[in-house]
Amino acid sequence: MRAPRPLGVILVIVLALVPALPMAGMKQYVLHVMIQILIWAFIGGAWSLMGRFGLVSLGHGAFLGLGAYTAVLLWNFFGINPWLAGGVAMILTALLAAVVAYPCSRFQVVGHYFGLVTLAVGEVIRLLIVAERDWTGGSLGVSIKPVGGDSLLAMQFADKRVFYYAALVLWLAGLWVWARVDRSMARSAMEAIGEDETAAASVGIHVTRFKIGITVLSAVLTAIGGVAYAQYISYVNPDTLSGIGVSLRIVFAVVLGGMYSLLGPTVGTALTIALSEYLRIAFGLRLIGMAETIYGLLLVIFIIFLPSGIYGSLAALVRRQRRAPAAAAVAG
Amino acid sequence: MIDPIFLVEAALNGILLGGILALLALGLNLIFGVIDIVWIAYVDLVMLCMYLVYYLVQVYGWPVGLGALASIALGALLGIGVHLTIITPILGSAPINQLLATGGLLFFLQSFATFLWTTDHKSVRLSLPSFEIAGIFVPFTRLIPFAISIVAVVGLYLFLTRTFVGTAIRAVSQDREAMALMGANPQRIYIVTSAVGGLMAGLAGALLIFQYSVHPFFGGQFGPLTFMICVLGGLGNMVGAFVASFIMSEIISLAGVIWSTEMGYVIAFVVFIVMIFARPGGILARRG
Amino acid sequence: MSLLELAGVTAGYGAFTALWDVALRVERGEAVAVVGPNGAGKTTLLRVISGVLPMRTGTLTFDGAALAGHPAHDIVAHGIAHVPEGRRLFPMLSVADNLKMGAYLPTARARYRESLERVYALFPVLAERPAQRAGSLSGGEQQMLAIGRALMSRPRLILLDEPSMGLAPVMVLRLFDLIRRIRAEGYTILVVEQNVRQVLKLVDRAYLLEVGRIKMEGRAAELAEQDFVRKAYVGL
Repeated sequence: MRAPRPLGVILVIVLALVPALPMAGMKQYVLHVMIQILIWAFIGGAWSLMGRFGLVSLGHGAFLGLGAYTAVLLWNFFGINPWLAGGVAMILTALLAAVVAYPCSRFQVVGHYFGLVTLAVGEVIRLLIVAERDWTGGSLGVSIKPVGGDSLLAMQFADKRVFYYAALVLWLAGLWVWARVDRSMARSAMEAIGEDETAAASVGIHVTRFKIGITVLSAVLTAIGGVAYAQYISYVNPDTLSGIGVSLRIVFAVVLGGMYSLLGPTVGTALTIALSEYLRIAFGLRLIGMAETIYGLLLVIFIIFLPSGIYGSLAALVRRQRRAPAAAAVAG
Repeated sequence: MIDPIFLVEAALNGILLGGILALLALGLNLIFGVIDIVWIAYVDLVMLCMYLVYYLVQVYGWPVGLGALASIALGALLGIGVHLTIITPILGSAPINQLLATGGLLFFLQSFATFLWTTDHKSVRLSLPSFEIAGIFVPFTRLIPFAISIVAVVGLYLFLTRTFVGTAIRAVSQDREAMALMGANPQRIYIVTSAVGGLMAGLAGALLIFQYSVHPFFGGQFGPLTFMICVLGGLGNMVGAFVASFIMSEIISLAGVIWSTEMGYVIAFVVFIVMIFARPGGILARRG
Repeated sequence: MSLLELAGVTAGYGAFTALWDVALRVERGEAVAVVGPNGAGKTTLLRVISGVLPMRTGTLTFDGAALAGHPAHDIVAHGIAHVPEGRRLFPMLSVADNLKMGAYLPTARARYRESLERVYALFPVLAERPAQRAGSLSGGEQQMLAIGRALMSRPRLILLDEPSMGLAPVMVLRLFDLIRRIRAEGYTILVVEQNVRQVLKLVDRAYLLEVGRIKMEGRAAELAEQDFVRKAYVGL
């Protein structure tokens, strides 16, 4: 289900106008939530590039963390601006992705096994971050050294609206990449691989190359998302940017929204963040842990009862509606 | 240079730890080998059992042995419960949904535990002596759990090879459809498997609470380690898991004494990644 | 009343239909064959009977009981044993353990010793090496183990799926002799085979299955005269 062209343009225009809308003093909060949605939707989209082809990574926190911490530490310790540092982060993440993807592709490590391997990688990164606390601040995290005032070079801005538009552009760029991959030869190749690897290989599809390629692309985009998020929050912490927790959240959002559609990750991310914010506000400081408990419970229930996600279930519903009147016409 | 005595002591501690890690890895592997699903929340079940032992023994003064038995019973019940409520509905689903279901359970258990018991660390204080061999101190709090875990592993081995149900479990893991043709109801075998897997988690919990403190995010400490061991040994490969448990625990123990505890974990994990690169099927994988 | 009766059976995989409106029957004590070319649906037919594959339409009656839609383990409990295509032994279990699994059913387990002796008497080569891993046996030995395993459940009807597949001609002859012996012990047999000549010498009646439909049915001797058999012998 791809959003038809004119609707897409309208959506973008509406989103672009959000900061101008009156919001009775809630604007800072709304912008804050929307920036998060846009960035995490971008990251979710990056993950779905792998997920839709059966490469279920439960360790994307590795790429997030590696990306974010590289940029932050290079800035804090060496004054290298986030644009350059981001480039370094992309290279490092690409290397890590290739190192993991190569043996997995060559030896057909898939499904649960692949999930576990990526889970492990995610944890390695998190533990590395915590262990090197002299550099990284360990589990307490580290703040980005402020440059004092706005700076494009340092990616620091006082005004949330700048971040909002930057996030919007980032999100759109992610959608563009997704659409390009969707339309490319790579997509057909990956689907063939998903159906029958041996058959795909026998018609000359470079199975290993494609798998590594898509993994590296997904990882690099995730790293960019991590850098963006770190710059916005001005702070990095191993639990928000690496480890099982964040990896699972990304996957949940995408699967719930719909792994195979352009806007699926966005829808899923918007819903999960909105849900999580709602629960956080509803419970406030009472009943610590209850908000998360309900969140977890809802996730499990959703996965069991809505296996194809919201998009998938809606699409199936629409298909059934279309078939019903047709069947009636045939019978009558 | 480090006094070799410390290295030997660390090596010994590594072995003692390895025994308990083996329980975790074998339980997880058993379930995966038969049902083909990884319980990401497995170690969080261990966490629940640890809390049970804490409350029974430390707070209500139950004798240790009884508390341990209760833990084992809870583990088996949790195993069956998880299988019936979460696993059974998703048996035919795509792997990603299965992983997310058990992953969601992890979220749920960790936050529920936070809600019920807060993030405070809780431990059971047992004063047991240590004995000394050639300048090395071996505390009974580590030795006894190790001995029990080895007994349990042997027991599991005997169960799987000598009993009818155990052989049936092994058969299902080799060919599920063929076992159905023998007249075996797969669901019954799954339930027994989940109970045994849960039982091992319960036992592991009882053995761990006397050495480590429990808190809602305990799964974050031992969970990834367990997964790593399972992958290193070859997912589904019981012997591999057993061997890998000790390899990992030795690396952690030795590196922990040479550098720091966290670096110990880091090195173990890096070794893991390297091994994956060299032998993705696991160290004991059969090629082809 | 026939021991086994199928009527109007349609079944397939996903969008693909492998069997169309199949009807057949097997009388008590009979040996019946289903022959036909590759891909005709013979294996699908057996899988439908043993409950591994659900049928889309049709009925399946076994000794008066309607078993369509029942799960595999239930159908086995009623007395049908299926020796699957490719044997499907438990490769890492020993010969003895494989046989033990054959007696999984409570009724079978109660008479385990007795069944085991009978199987060892029929297949002495299995008695010689009970501890050997099933995966390391030769093709012929594996087939014998697979049949022995099916016998352990004390079935009334045995389904054999391509028993001669992958076996040397000498082994095939020995195998069919063994099947004759089993048949003589009173078991009812439904065998699916590509080796038309040999199997028609073994059974009473046969069906010809082509592209999912029953094309011909008759006594084995009559079918052996047919062109398709001559063609199969020469042309394959």
